Amino acid sequence: MIHSLFLVNASGDIFLEKHWKSVVSRSVCDYFFEALERATEPENVPPVIPTPHHYLINVLRHRIYFVAVIQSEVPPLFVIEFLHRVVDTFQDYFGVCTEAAIKDNVVVVYELLEEMLDNGFPLATESNILKELIKPPTILRTVVNTITGSTNVGEQLPTGQLSVVPWRRTGVKYTNNEAYFDVIEEIDAIIDKSGSTITAEIQGVIDACVKLTGMPDLTLSFMNPRLLDDVSFHPCVRFKRWEAERILSFIPPDGNFRLLSYHVSSQNLVAIPVYVKHNISFREGSSQGRFELTLGPKQTMGKAVESVLVSSQLPRGVLNANLNPSQGTYTFDPVTKLLSWDVGKINPQKLPSLKGSMSLQAGASKPDENPTINIQFKIQQLAISGLKVNRLDMYGEKYKPFKGIKYMTKAGKFQVRT
Amino acid sequence: MSASSAFSDEKGGSASEPEYGHDPASGGIFSSDYKRHDDLKEMLDSNKDSLKLEAMKRIVAMIARGKNASDLFPAVVKNVACKNIEVKKLVYVYLVRYAEEQQDLALLSISTFQRGLKDPNQLIRASALRVLSSIRVTIIVPIMMLAIKEAASDMSPYVRKTAAHAIPKLHSLDPEQKDQLIEVIEKLLADKTTLVAGSVVMAFEEVCPDRIDLIHKNYRKLCNLLIDVEEWGQVVIINMLTRYARTQFLNPNINESLLEENSEKAFYASDDEEEEDKKAEPATLAKRKPYVMDPDHRLLLRNTKPLLQSRNAAVVMAVAQLYFHLAPKAEVGIIAKALVRLMRSHSEVQYVVLQNVATMSIKRRGMFEPYLKSFYIRSTDPTQIKVLKLEVLTNLANETNISTILREFQTYIKSMDKDFVAASIQAIGRCATNIGEVRDTCLNGLVQLLSNRDELVVAESVVVIKKLLQMQPEQHSDIIKHMAKLIDNIQVPMARASILWLIGEYCEHVPKIAPDVLRKMAKSFTNEEDIVKLQIINLAAKLYLTNSKQSKLLTQYVLNLAKYDQNYDIRDRARFIRQLIVPTDKSGALSKYAKKLFLALKPAPVLESPFKDRDHFQLGSLSHLLNAKAAGYQELPNWPESAPDPSVRNVEVITLLERVTTLTSIPDWSKCSSRKDRKEKKVEKPFYSDSEGESGPTESADSESDSGSGSASASGSDESGSGSESEESGEETESDEEEEDEEEEKKKRKKLDKTKAKKQAEESAESEQSSSAEDRKRGRKAVKNQKSASESESESESSESEEESEEESEEESESDTNVRKKRTPVLKQPPKQSKKESKKETQEMSLLDLDDYEPAPASASVTPVNFLSSSLVSDLEGLSLTDTILAPTTLAPSGSIKMYELLHRIKGEGLAVEYCFSRQPFSPEPNMVAVQIQFTNNTNSETKNLHIEDPRLQSGMRIREFAEIDVLAAGESVTVVMGIDFCDSTQAANFQLCTHTRKFFVSIQPPVGELMTPAFLTENDFKKEQENLLNGKLMGMNEILEKLTLGEKCVNEHVIVERVTATANLSRVPCGSDKECRFAGKTVSSGCLVLVTVTTKEGGGAQLTVNCEKMLIGTMLVKDILQALSQ
Repeated sequence: MIHSLFLVNASGDIFLEKHWKSVVSRSVCDYFFEALERATEPENVPPVIPTPHHYLINVLRHRIYFVAVIQSEVPPLFVIEFLHRVVDTFQDYFGVCTEAAIKDNVVVVYELLEEMLDNGFPLATESNILKELIKPPTILRTVVNTITGSTNVGEQLPTGQLSVVPWRRTGVKYTNNEAYFDVIEEIDAIIDKSGSTITAEIQGVIDACVKLTGMPDLTLSFMNPRLLDDVSFHPCVRFKRWEAERILSFIPPDGNFRLLSYHVSSQNLVAIPVYVKHNISFREGSSQGRFELTLGPKQTMGKAVESVLVSSQLPRGVLNANLNPSQGTYTFDPVTKLLSWDVGKINPQKLPSLKGSMSLQAGASKPDENPTINIQFKIQQLAISGLKVNRLDMYGEKYKPFKGIKYMTKAGKFQVRT
Repeated sequence: MSASSAFSDEKGGSASEPEYGHDPASGGIFSSDYKRHDDLKEMLDSNKDSLKLEAMKRIVAMIARGKNASDLFPAVVKNVACKNIEVKKLVYVYLVRYAEEQQDLALLSISTFQRGLKDPNQLIRASALRVLSSIRVTIIVPIMMLAIKEAASDMSPYVRKTAAHAIPKLHSLDPEQKDQLIEVIEKLLADKTTLVAGSVVMAFEEVCPDRIDLIHKNYRKLCNLLIDVEEWGQVVIINMLTRYARTQFLNPNINESLLEENSEKAFYASDDEEEEDKKAEPATLAKRKPYVMDPDHRLLLRNTKPLLQSRNAAVVMAVAQLYFHLAPKAEVGIIAKALVRLMRSHSEVQYVVLQNVATMSIKRRGMFEPYLKSFYIRSTDPTQIKVLKLEVLTNLANETNISTILREFQTYIKSMDKDFVAASIQAIGRCATNIGEVRDTCLNGLVQLLSNRDELVVAESVVVIKKLLQMQPEQHSDIIKHMAKLIDNIQVPMARASILWLIGEYCEHVPKIAPDVLRKMAKSFTNEEDIVKLQIINLAAKLYLTNSKQSKLLTQYVLNLAKYDQNYDIRDRARFIRQLIVPTDKSGALSKYAKKLFLALKPAPVLESPFKDRDHFQLGSLSHLLNAKAAGYQELPNWPESAPDPSVRNVEVITLLERVTTLTSIPDWSKCSSRKDRKEKKVEKPFYSDSEGESGPTESADSESDSGSGSASASGSDESGSGSESEESGEETESDEEEEDEEEEKKKRKKLDKTKAKKQAEESAESEQSSSAEDRKRGRKAVKNQKSASESESESESSESEEESEEESEEESESDTNVRKKRTPVLKQPPKQSKKESKKETQEMSLLDLDDYEPAPASASVTPVNFLSSSLVSDLEGLSLTDTILAPTTLAPSGSIKMYELLHRIKGEGLAVEYCFSRQPFSPEPNMVAVQIQFTNNTNSETKNLHIEDPRLQSGMRIREFAEIDVLAAGESVTVVMGIDFCDSTQAANFQLCTHTRKFFVSIQPPVGELMTPAFLTENDFKKEQENLLNGKLMGMNEILEKLTLGEKCVNEHVIVERVTATANLSRVPCGSDKECRFAGKTVSSGCLVLVTVTTKEGGGAQLTVNCEKMLIGTMLVKDILQALSQ
C-alpha cells in the first residue's frame, strides 16, 4: 500500500523521509515539485499525481505537504485519510505539527510512523494504543529521562492492541474523575448581495475530554435528538443503540476525542446570527472606489457575538485602501490584496462599521468583480440548532464523576457575496 | 515559491548540507562524516545503554533526513539483542532500512528474531515476525516461510495478524512462494477474529485477488465481522466483497435496466424512478420471473450500511461504492447524505469524493438533487474543488432547477479566479445543450460575455457559443455577425479559430461579411497560430465553393501562402484543398463532390461530462480517479447471467467451533462485555469474544462471575431459541418419558444382567452418576452457548461435591440413563457402552481413594475393586474381555467426561454425532489422542457407509480413522474410537464426515488438558524432574507461577484434585504435605513432561506452578486450571 512518505515544507525541501518497503529515491518527488510549480495556489496541487512508476498522494496541512508514494491500486481516500490521521497524531503528541516540531522530535516521529504502518498497511492508529507504545514527550519526562536514562518507549507491551476495546487504555487511574463535552456548531452559509440566504447548514461536533478511572460505560441522551440529520460516530459508539433509542452509549477512549459529528440541514431552520450591510463600488473612469461595511447581530438568542473577524479578497486592481474602523483594527496587504478587519465583540447599541475609500490603479478600468466577504465569529453558550444534551450517565464504575457540557456556535464557511 | 530551484538546492547540497542545530547528531565537533561515524561506532560499542540510545537516535535522525548511514551497519547490528527496548526498536528501524544493501551482515541478526519467534509472549513473537519479514534478504525466504506458517497457527490472534501482514512482504520478495502463501491465506481467512480479518484480506488482495473461490466459505463470516474490524481493514474487505458480489449474485436492477433500454433515456426527475418502477412491475413481471435477492447479497448490504456513519472517509466511500455497484436502485439513495457529509472534510477528501459524486450523478441524478445547494461554490474553495463542484452542478441540472443553477453560475462568472470562470462558461454551455428550454437564455447570456473585458472569458464564450450555434444556426446570424466583428480584438487562437470556422460554415447567412473576414485573415495569415491557419484555409475553401466570384483570388493567395508554411500539416492541407476545389485538367473525380464534402451538414456536438464513462472503474479506486488503469487494479466484473450456486457459502462446522473455543479459553469478560452488549441483536455472537486469545495471566483474574453472566446473556440471545429454553424443553420431554421408562426398565432388568449390574453401580455412585448423566444430557440437547455450558458444568460440580445425594436425584439419574439406554440399543453395542460406564465408576473411585493416600494412580485400575460390589467387578471383567482393542490398560482418575458435539442432528439431517476424549491410550498409535465418537441415527432410514474423508490438518498432524461403519439402522447409535495426533497443539483437526448420501465438514479441537497422558512419578522423581527444569538441565524448560484464590467450593484437597484432573489428563503424584497436590503427565505426541503443583495457603489462597518444556501448553494449561479452581 503506502510505500514511502516524504514531508515537504513550504519552501519545497524534503525534510523527512520514511520508507516501509524498499527505498524509493527521493527524486520521485520531482513530479510533485513540478505540480507544485504549476499550481497557482498551494492548495491547488492535485492530491493524486501519477508518475511513470508510482503515484503520489499528498495532503497539505500546516504548510507541510505529506507526500505518500504508492505503487499500485489503492483507494486514494484510504491514503489521504491515513495521512490526515498521521498529522492528527503528531498534533496530539507535539501540540503543534510544524516543521520545527517534527525536526525536534524526529526520533519519536520515526517510532510513531514505524508503529502506524506495517509494510504500508495501517497497524496501530488509535492514539490510546500509540501512547501506550510511545509516550508523548513532555518537558517533565524529558528531564526525567535525561536523569534516569529511561526512555520514551513504553516498557510494557501494548496489551491494548489485543483488546476488544482498542481505543481505550487499560488500567486508567485518575484522582479527579471528570468528563467534559463540548457541543460546537459551525454555520456554513452563503448570503447573497441582497442579504437573503442562498444556502445555510449547520455542522456540529461533540468533542469530549474524558478522564475517568477504569472502564466506565457512558450514555448521553439529547432533549431533541431528531434534530440531527446525519451523524458519524467515533468507533466506540454503539450504533444499534442509537438506531433504536437515539441514545449515545459508549465506552470512551481516554483523553480527548471527537465523539460525534452531525449535520443539521433543514434550511429554513438555520438562524443566521449576523447581518452585513455593504456598499462597495468602483466608479468608471475614476481611480477611487468606495468601501462601506456595517455588521449587526441578528437572531442570536440574546447572546453576544464575539471574536468577529471579517476578511475579504479585494480585486486585483485595488492599490490601497484607506479605511476607518469604528472599532477594532484592520489591515490591508497590498501584495495579496487581502483585507482583514478584526472587529472583536459586536455591540448591538453601537454597530461596528468600516468605511473609507480604495485607490485603484491609475488608468485601469473598473474591476467588474465584487469581492466576497468572509466572516468569522463565535457565540458562547449557544448551540444555534437548539440541540440540548439531556443527561449523561455512567455505568460500570462506582465513583461519581464530575460532568460538564459546554455549547458554542462558530462561523464555518460563512460568506457574503457583494 | 520557486519549488524546483529550492529542490535542486536541496539535492545538490544534501551531502554537504550543514547539520540542523537542534539535531543531537550535529554540533561543530563532528565536522566530517568520517569522524562523526567513528564516534557513533564507539558509542554503539560501549556498555552503557544510554550511550547506545543516544547513538541510535542520531543514526535514525540521519536516516530520516535521507542521509546514508549504511557504513554503520556492523556496529548497529551487534545491538540487535540489546535489552533496552528503545535501542532495540531503533536498531530494528535501522535494520529494515539497510538490510537489503548489506545482506550478509543482516543475516547475523536473524537468529535473534528466530529466538523471538518462540517467545512465550505473543507481542514479542509478533514483533519478531514483523521485523524478520520486513528484512528484504532473499536468502532468508525459507526461514520467513516457515515463520509465517508457524505464526499462522499461533494461538494468539495478534501473532496471526502479523503473519497475515508478513504474507505480502514475502510475496514481493519472492513471488515463487505464491502457492504456499495462498495456503496460508486460505487458512487465515478461516480465522474467526476481527483482528485478523482485515489483514488477511489485504494479503489476499495483494497475493491472489483472483482466487475468489477462497472467499466462499468465509463470506458470511466476513460480512458479520465487518462492523468490528478496524477501520482500515473495513475498507479493504468492503472493496473485495464488492468484487466478490459482482461475480456471485444477480444484478438487482436487472428488470429496470431492461426497461430502460426500451423507454427513452431522457429521465430527468428523480420522481420518475418510482413511476418507472410502477410501470415496470406489470410489464416485466409478465416477461421474466421476478428477481429475488440472494440472502447473502442482502446480508452484505445490511451489514455495510451502518458503516456509512463511520468517521473514516475511506470507509464511507467504500460503502458508498459498494451500494452504487451492488444495491437495487431504490436503495442507493442512502449513500448521498453520507457523501455530502464528507464534503465538509479536508480539501483532499473533498477532491476525491467530488470526483466520485460526479460519476455517480451522471447515472443517478436523482440521488444528489436534494443536496444541490451543498455543491454551491465558495470563493475560498481551491480551484480544483470549484471545477469539480461545477461539474456536479451541471450534471444535476434539469428543467426544474436550471433557473437557480444559472443564477448561481452568473455569480461564478464574476469570480476573480479566471480558470474557474472559464469552467463556468463551459458549464453553462453544457446546460444549454442538455436542456432545450434554456438554450436561448444561455446564448444571450454568453453573447453578453463577449463584451467582457477579460479576454479569456470572451475566448471561452466564443468557443462555447460556436458549439451552441451549431444547433440552430439559422436563427442566429446576428450573433455570427457580432462574432465576426470580434475577430479584430480576440487574440486567443482557439477563439479565433472558432469564429473562422463559424463564418465559413454559415457563410450563406453572412454573405457580405465572410469575404471581408477572409481578406483580413489573408493579411495576417503568416502571423497566426497553426490552428487558426488551418481554419483560414477552411474558410477560404468554403468561400471559394459558395462565392467564388469574390473570393477566388483571395483563396489562391491563402493557398500559396500555406504552400510554403513551416508546418507540414498546413502544407498538406493546402495541397489537398487546392486539388479538390480548383478545377484543373488533372483534377480527379472527387472535385465534383467538393461542395458536398465541405458543406455537408455537420451534426451538432454533444457536450458531455468528462466523467461520462468512468463508472466502469470501481468507484473510489485510484484507477477511477485517474481514469486510467492503475497497476494492480482488479476489474469490476460484470454481473453474471445466472447466479452461481449459493450453497458454496454454506458453512457447516460453525457451531462446533463455537463450543470448543469457549471451552479452551478464558474470555476476557471485563473487556468484552461492553462490546458484546452492543452486538446484542446480532447473530454469530461468539466471534466477538476474542476467544482464542492467549490473554495474560493477570487478565484471567478479572473474569468475575457476574460480568461473565452478563455477557453470557448477550451471547444467549443468538442461535435461535436461547440455551435455557431448549434446556427446559429437553427436560420436559424427559420427564414425560420417565414414567414410561419405569415400566420398561423392569422388563429390561430382567432381560439384561449387565444392566442390572450397572444399575447397582449407579446406585453406589449416585452423585457422580447424576453429574455425568447430566453431561450426556447436555450433549444431546445441543446446547450451543457458553452460558448453558458453564452452568451445567457448575451444576455437575456442585452435585459432585455433595457426596450424599438425595433420593430424587438418584431417581432422576436412573431415568436419565435409561432414556439413553433406550436410545442406545444395549444389545448391539454393549462393550463400548459399558466401557463408558466403567470409566465413570473409576472416577468415583478416585474420589474415594484420595481419602486414604492411595498413592500411585497406576494401581487405580486394581484398587477400585475393593470398593465395588462384586457384580460391578464382574461387569468390569466382562468389559475387558469384550473390548479387546480398547482395553483400558490404565485408568487415570478423571473428572466427568465432557461430550462435545461434532454434528448437530438438524445440521446432519438426522445424524447426530458427539465425541469425547476418552483418555484412553490409543493402542494402535501411542502418540495419538483417542477420540471416542458416538453416532446416533435419528432418521427413519438407514445411514450407510459412515467414514471419514479428506482430512485437512495442520502440518505434522495425523489422523487414524475409524473403520467404516457399514450400516447404522434408524434410531440406533454406535460408538467408535479414532486417533488424532494433534502435535501438542490445540489446533482443530478438520475433516469430512461422509455418509452414503452426504458429506459434512466437521472439526475437532482439543482442550489443552486432553493433549496429555498421565505420567507416574514418585515424589522424589517429581522433585528431581522439577529441579532439572529449574536448573536448566533441560534447555528451555520453563516454570509458570500463578497465584489464585480458590473458588468457594474448592474447600479441600479432594475437590482440587478432582478439578485438576477433570481439566487435564494428569495423574496425581503422592506427596507428603497436605498443603500440596502434585500432578504429572506427558504430552501425547512428544512426551514432554508436564508437572503441576497446587499449593494451598491459609484463607483460600493458593499457588499454581506448572513446569513444562512447551511454553504454549504450559500457559494454556495454567489458564484452564486457574479457571477450574477459581470457580
